[in-house]
Amino acid sequence: MRNENPQLPPGAEKKKSRFGDTWKRLAENKAAMAGLFFLLFLIFMALTADLFFDYQKSCVDLNIASRLQWPSAEHWFGTDEFGRDMFARVVFGSRISLSIGFAAVAFGLFIGGIMGAVSGYFGGAIDNIIMRLCDIFLAVPMMLMAIVIVAALGTSILNLVIALAISCVPIFARIVRSAVLSVRDAEYVEAARAIGGKTGHIIFRYILPNCIGPIIVQTTLRIAATISNIAALSFIGLGVQAPRPEWGALLSGGRNFIRDSSYLATIPGICIMLTILSLNLLGDGLRDALDPRLR
Amino acid sequence: MSESLLRADHLKKYFRSGKGNVHAVDDVSFSIEKGKTLGVVGESGCGKSTLGRTVLRLEEPTSGNVYFNGEDISGFGRRRMWEMRQKMQMIFQDPFSSLNPRMTVSEAIEDPLILYRLCPDREKRAKRIAELMDTVGLAQRLTNTYPHELDGGRRQRIGIARALALNPEFIVCDEPVSALDVSIQAQILNLLQDLQKELNLTYMFITHDLSVVYHISDEIMVMYLGQVVEKAPSEILFANPLHPYTKALLSAIPVPSLHNRRTRMIMKGEITSPIDPPAECRFAKRCGQACDRCFREEPHLFEAEPGHFVSCHAVEKGL
Amino acid sequence: MTEKEKTPPALWIRDLSVEFRGRNSTVYALSGLNLKINKGETLGLVGETGAGKTTAGLSVLGLVASPPGVITGGSISVAGKEIIAPLTGDEAELVRKRWGEKKHRFDPGVKRCVSEEEMMEMRGRHVSMIFQDPMTSLNPVITVEKQISEVISKHTDVSGSEALRRAGDMLELVGIPRSRGKEYPHQFSGGMKQRVVIAMALALSPELLIADEPTTALDVTIQAQVLDMMKKLRDENRTSMLMITHDLGIVADICDRVSVIYAGRVVEHGTLSDVFDHTLHPYTKGLFASLPDLENRETRLKPIRGLMPDPSIRYTGCPFADRCDEASEVCRKEAPPVYHRTEDHMTVCHLYRDKADKKGMRET
Repeated sequence: MRNENPQLPPGAEKKKSRFGDTWKRLAENKAAMAGLFFLLFLIFMALTADLFFDYQKSCVDLNIASRLQWPSAEHWFGTDEFGRDMFARVVFGSRISLSIGFAAVAFGLFIGGIMGAVSGYFGGAIDNIIMRLCDIFLAVPMMLMAIVIVAALGTSILNLVIALAISCVPIFARIVRSAVLSVRDAEYVEAARAIGGKTGHIIFRYILPNCIGPIIVQTTLRIAATISNIAALSFIGLGVQAPRPEWGALLSGGRNFIRDSSYLATIPGICIMLTILSLNLLGDGLRDALDPRLR
Repeated sequence: MSESLLRADHLKKYFRSGKGNVHAVDDVSFSIEKGKTLGVVGESGCGKSTLGRTVLRLEEPTSGNVYFNGEDISGFGRRRMWEMRQKMQMIFQDPFSSLNPRMTVSEAIEDPLILYRLCPDREKRAKRIAELMDTVGLAQRLTNTYPHELDGGRRQRIGIARALALNPEFIVCDEPVSALDVSIQAQILNLLQDLQKELNLTYMFITHDLSVVYHISDEIMVMYLGQVVEKAPSEILFANPLHPYTKALLSAIPVPSLHNRRTRMIMKGEITSPIDPPAECRFAKRCGQACDRCFREEPHLFEAEPGHFVSCHAVEKGL
Repeated sequence: MTEKEKTPPALWIRDLSVEFRGRNSTVYALSGLNLKINKGETLGLVGETGAGKTTAGLSVLGLVASPPGVITGGSISVAGKEIIAPLTGDEAELVRKRWGEKKHRFDPGVKRCVSEEEMMEMRGRHVSMIFQDPMTSLNPVITVEKQISEVISKHTDVSGSEALRRAGDMLELVGIPRSRGKEYPHQFSGGMKQRVVIAMALALSPELLIADEPTTALDVTIQAQVLDMMKKLRDENRTSMLMITHDLGIVADICDRVSVIYAGRVVEHGTLSDVFDHTLHPYTKGLFASLPDLENRETRLKPIRGLMPDPSIRYTGCPFADRCDEASEVCRKEAPPVYHRTEDHMTVCHLYRDKADKKGMRET
């Protein structure tokens, strides 16, 4: 039984790095990979947009002569009512939509996650205070809250991120709390206390890894919802200001021409839809890949 | 008695519920000598698991004291209790839920070593893990497998390795074999006995299975609704049970043999509620020998014969 | 003896094979299981986790989850009535023509001889099953007496009030006061819930009762009560019973005959005294040796070494060979032969190959 080299026992499954293992399993999931590649492509386009397009020319300058042209070889996505190239506008728009979406959700997840974990793990009075606070936030319609925040702080990208992040916080707090509650009383958590585990160790090594599933799914859904919220805020003029292109703004701008130039509204709509779909596919795949029981 | 490693003194644990206090553990005292095994038997809800957790201070006792190596650990602060925990470990009942599903075998065994910084050196730690896996009979090739890929017996071995990692002197075994198949159960029981001999461990062995407790314990404590009703060395308890509840319990063991079968004592009646029970014998309502006194006065443990304690009015009168 | 031959066995399972076909692997739950319960007798089916005990019980009631479960061969008959029968040569040919050798979603090796409606009529009426966990087999929002009466009115023409009255009778029969029938399951203790489940199973006095570890979730003293009650009711109604358990103590207490099951097949079968006092198969011997001795606590346990067999492996030899101390080369290669020590007592093991039945009989 005894082994010369305990680090490499014979016949043992090779020790895989946690990341490598997860990646391998994610790679097996075709839908998740499709989602991932689409997102990577979007991010790549957003980052390199300046190499292909001239921001000033395609997004600011007017060129009434070539207004409202249907998609063609010259203008892949057609042109808008001011003759600007829609393809360039969609690409530049993805910068804003994606970065605000990701940033706001990351921010909301961070704050809400801590609140939920604390609330779920300790319970009692702390739990009560945090959760009632969340109830208050949830009771106010999210849009209204974002409108109030943006109106009070002024319209800027940063304020938009803050407004959207705050609206995410109570949702994440609730999700994380319920996930923590479902594993807090598991016997392995008590076992961890029996071997002398301290609170932080137990939360990070035992509880959070076991509630990652619902959190990931909720995160991807939130990003999707946030992107459409940005669109809504832009629509009522509190979001991104013209002439900056943004998917929601493009979508609502195209609304006026839906009869004759339907591509103006459909193309940004399809972009939003595909992004959301990719995020969801990736999220589901990640959840499964992170669970060793599903191997 | 002087050599007792662990001693509990009038230990009580009440849980508050809507209707009143649930007396999960009610005034339990015992001591365990070094290297011995105390068996705790009782049916579900008798407070045996709570007793085990209270002894380790995984649950804070409502009142009473626990002495470990002569030191009163019930007053220990968080820091000292954490240090003490190295010496007092626990093996859990359900090998399917007592392991973190997201930790491999080696990670699970490594965790206590990291927590107490026992082997700061990575290589030494790997060596220690291999050593522990060897001790409990886990093949080295399982190092990087996850618990869900293993059967109950192997998982329970992981739980034992984890408990042993900190070189404890005392281990509470909470139904360690009741979720296992007979053939595997015997493997684990033998392992626990070998480890006890080899490492001079002291066990508190909690179970509902009477034949298992008889096999593994030096002394047995029978619990009923939070109280100890009888306590005696194993052979004495099985040869000469005194308390009516113990008698009924022993007679109910299904014997896997066609010969010398016992006649069953079937108990009737309602189980007394553990919520603020009145001052009477808690077994009286189900007892065939109950008399007036049993409903008026709570019996207390007394020594019926040397080393054999029982808490019953009828037995006291009969002597 | 003559009477026995006239009345068909209460349950007769021949060569039953059940597989669970997953995406990546197939679990062979039963591989050629043979069981026979004579009318009025109780057969203990003893085995450990994953041996296929529960699958055997479920397949009698046609409750094997499908997919992924498929019955690949064998036959089942209850009180002489065929439920599942093997395909005849022509039928098998037809199936092959229609579906090729592809993996089938339905049972490829057998045909069902009763319709789903008939099967439903049979469950509860003629064959009942008691499950291990009484907590999950009762509906928490319906009163106990209502639940029992529903079983009665579903299968018979009696009026609602008559069904309720009979439900009360059943409760009294299992030792629960009639007045408590108006209560909900959560107001009952575990032992009482299991009695309710038993009352429900016996409400229409079925000929066959399949009890799947009925007392495992209960305390010892309660277990004793429930077993005593089951014994009494069985004797009164002359119910035949299949007692699925892992506890040899329970078998000794309540059964007439025992079948020991390992890796989906019966390895030893006989009357109680055959199996307990003249144990033949090394696995059965191992089971007895694994149990703590109540006479002498110093005896060291002799566990069966190794692990449960991997159910996704199809064994050509004896599935127990890897854990058997007496195994030889032949055990791993060839399927073990059947040996009848007496007419009733048989085992499937290479140890007795010299004395084994000439034609490799499979009949039990």
